[in-house]
Amino acid sequence: MSGIKREKKHRMPSQQAYRRRARIKMGKSYVGRVVATLVAAFFAILFLLPIILTVTNSFMAASEISSNYGQVFATSNDGGKTFISEKVNLKFIPDMVSFSQYITVLLKSPDYLFKFWNSVILVAPIVIFQLFVALLAAYGFTRCRSRLKEIIFFIYIILMLMPYQVTLVPNYLVSGWLNILDTRWAIWLPGIFSPFAVYLLTKFMRRIPISVIEAAQIDGAGEWQIFRKICMPLCKGCMCSVAILIFIDYWNMVEQPLILLSDEAMHPLSVFLSKIKKEEIGLAFAVATIYMIPTLLVFLYGEDYLVEGITYQGGIKG
Amino acid sequence: MMIGKKTQGKKLKIKKIGMKKGEKPEAKREARTRRLSRVFLAPSLLGVLLFFVLPFLVVVFYSVIDNPINRKFVFFDNFVQVFQNSAFRQAAYNTLTFSAVAVPLAVVLSLGLAMLLESKMPFKSQFRTFFLTPMMVPIASVVLIWQVLFHYNGMVNDIMTFLGADKVDWLKSAHAQVVIVVLFLWKNLGYNMILFMAALASIPKDILEVAVLESANAWQIFSHIKLRYLSSTLLFVTIMSLINSFKVFREIYLLTDDYPYNTVYMMQHFMNNTFAKLDYQKLSAAAIMMAAVMVVIIGILFLAENHFGKDVEG
Repeated sequence: MSGIKREKKHRMPSQQAYRRRARIKMGKSYVGRVVATLVAAFFAILFLLPIILTVTNSFMAASEISSNYGQVFATSNDGGKTFISEKVNLKFIPDMVSFSQYITVLLKSPDYLFKFWNSVILVAPIVIFQLFVALLAAYGFTRCRSRLKEIIFFIYIILMLMPYQVTLVPNYLVSGWLNILDTRWAIWLPGIFSPFAVYLLTKFMRRIPISVIEAAQIDGAGEWQIFRKICMPLCKGCMCSVAILIFIDYWNMVEQPLILLSDEAMHPLSVFLSKIKKEEIGLAFAVATIYMIPTLLVFLYGEDYLVEGITYQGGIKG
Repeated sequence: MMIGKKTQGKKLKIKKIGMKKGEKPEAKREARTRRLSRVFLAPSLLGVLLFFVLPFLVVVFYSVIDNPINRKFVFFDNFVQVFQNSAFRQAAYNTLTFSAVAVPLAVVLSLGLAMLLESKMPFKSQFRTFFLTPMMVPIASVVLIWQVLFHYNGMVNDIMTFLGADKVDWLKSAHAQVVIVVLFLWKNLGYNMILFMAALASIPKDILEVAVLESANAWQIFSHIKLRYLSSTLLFVTIMSLINSFKVFREIYLLTDDYPYNTVYMMQHFMNNTFAKLDYQKLSAAAIMMAAVMVVIIGILFLAENHFGKDVEG
């Protein structure tokens, strides 16, 4: 590589022309571009297919769904192995668009709405308070870096990377001691103190030039003012990214409620959907679609923040 | 003072010297800031200590005693017992094989996608959006359609018969692992791709241009230049995929149930079923083994990043 670099310096004078030639050479041929686009399109279809199908199928009438997929769920729920030679008709577009499923879900069977509400209640406080606690902590990690703090930060990173299998047992124990097992607090509290947001925000805050903070300090701003008036506004974008990442993670949670909430009435929709009854299979797609809507909305508004957040995660070290 | 971790040591030293020279008020303010920064850190630190660190120490304690009431020290008996448990071994084996298959695929395919999107093509940002969408969608929502697709009489088998292959009962046979791998890739490729795209974008353009002019072919450019610049990202993506592959229980649970087909009985299933029996010793031992494996993996990540990080710096 160094050889190449030297070569480049050597030919400095004609750099402009040189670059232009390189660019022409680098631009892919027409055929290459078409092929690349086709491959990308193929993958895009594969990626989107399950989502599109879920949405389109949610507009089928109950009878259409049970005649098309009835046996899928019949066999999977009973565990029986009788295969009827009948085909499973996968349909992209329903024979007749009907909103009957949505009407049933939204108006006639409050069960699903309750579960949806459960999901909201479980997730919203976690997103808000984890962000708040993490902002404070990130500021603490950023101001005055000492050896001890670096060690603590390192522990945070390790905790963040631990899979649920490891953290759930401690969570369960604490919930038992605090007597909050089977209450929402058992999900909320570990969620709020999860080190993930601290890690990302700290990484971001450490990029804020210290001169900005020092200038504020000289102008007589107190620590809280610096945090409130300087750090927080600068971190707005990063806060959005972190909020989105936390939201996706917890909206999708399955393990925690399964273990920490034995009362099924409190389970979020994500767990409940998998236990949907055979007779209600018609509703399942509509419920599934409703469950996706918040995440898709967040995605539409915050795709750039999401991408930024992911990029920040790259390179786990500060 | 923008501090990258590497330069931090030096900067701190400079600061200390400055402090000795400086007048007293500055030192005072320094101390004040230090105290206050601890206050800011306190809520999070208390929470983490209470909910993660302390209970983890108790877990360590539980893993070496016979039961919480007797508290007799039994050394590694629990570990041995867990290890001899056939369900645990099955779960560990399945988790490892799953990771061994899924992680390399996730890394290679997402790198491929990222390189694809790097090339000049129309609708680039739309494609990025499409590839990223599965990450956003809750698994529970798409599991239904997944079941339909992979049903014995479903679409995937229709395609298989069309291609002249035999029908396979995807979800209730050894092939279930294939389905899970596909689902895992579907969900995780977008995330990895974004990381790779960021890394690819950070490769200095002039180096690539020069390489082209020196008539290096595409493969040479890839292996000699791009891969070197990607090395740390490559490692990070591998580790993240590995960690995510441990989380695949969620998909399996939603697709099948508490007791799925043997080959997809994962670590988390074992934990869940042990939870049901409230066997703390076993749980603790299993959790600690898992933690030990993770610490080793994370250690490798850090060592390797130190190693590769120097390589490409500047």
